[in-house]
Amino acid sequence: MRLVPWISAASCHKSMEAVFYIAGAVAIVSTVMAITRLNAVHALLYLIVSLLAVSVAFYTMGAPLVAALEVIIYAGAIMVLFVFVVMMLNLGRRAVESERQLLQGKIWVGPSVLSALLIVEVVYLTARATLPGLPGSALEPKQVGLALYGPYLIGVELASMLLLGAVVGAYHLGRPISEKAEVRYDRNSDGSRARSGGRLVRAGVGRTPDAP
Amino acid sequence: MRRNLIFILMSIEIMLNGTGVAFVAAGSRWGQPDGQIMFLFILAMAASEVAVGLALVLRLYRHHPTLDADAVSDMRG
Repeated sequence: MRLVPWISAASCHKSMEAVFYIAGAVAIVSTVMAITRLNAVHALLYLIVSLLAVSVAFYTMGAPLVAALEVIIYAGAIMVLFVFVVMMLNLGRRAVESERQLLQGKIWVGPSVLSALLIVEVVYLTARATLPGLPGSALEPKQVGLALYGPYLIGVELASMLLLGAVVGAYHLGRPISEKAEVRYDRNSDGSRARSGGRLVRAGVGRTPDAP
Repeated sequence: MRRNLIFILMSIEIMLNGTGVAFVAAGSRWGQPDGQIMFLFILAMAASEVAVGLALVLRLYRHHPTLDADAVSDMRG
């Protein structure tokens, strides 16, 4: 119920700007904290908060599709991949101790405060009925999709090729390597030796080249 | 200077995200969807890069049980 439309529109605009600047400040602070932490898990926590803040900033800039993708793919998939690898790299008793330290306040207080700020902003944004962006008016996901599958179709195809290559490459690099597999590979690679039986191959493996 | 491989990959992610912010801000400044599309391509590239990079890190960790980037400078070839 606006009695004076232009005043409320201006104040609306100003509050949108305030949300944008707060989100930007949260992003900068959490990114600086992320690159100065010594522990990888602490840095990852701050980095996730940074990505969420950038997502809120995207939303206030009038790019809702990109804001959603930032949360889903960057904070949801890529960072989870990082967390998995960090957890895989230090298994054992040391990891249990470090996890116990992680639960001791002071480490999660910083990211929690920053993400609480972001939650307040998101609640404020969703509680409002109208959704005007900053000066550049909001770009609908429909426009982005039309441009993506129109003039940028080749780029989409190239991106799919890149992702396929990444999947195959990551699977190839991450496959388990064992002695048995290599011996079997040797046996299969050389047909004549394979026909004469696998023992010859295995006997020759450990020898130095100049041995008789 | 820090040479932790995980931090190197994380910093690459931060830099790519920064370029994405620049693209989206420019796109919304001129009201064109091209900035957001460039961000989508950056996103796909970052996802594939981090998948291969982390697989390489796991692979290296099996040979040299360290995350120091200098530890693998004795690789030949």
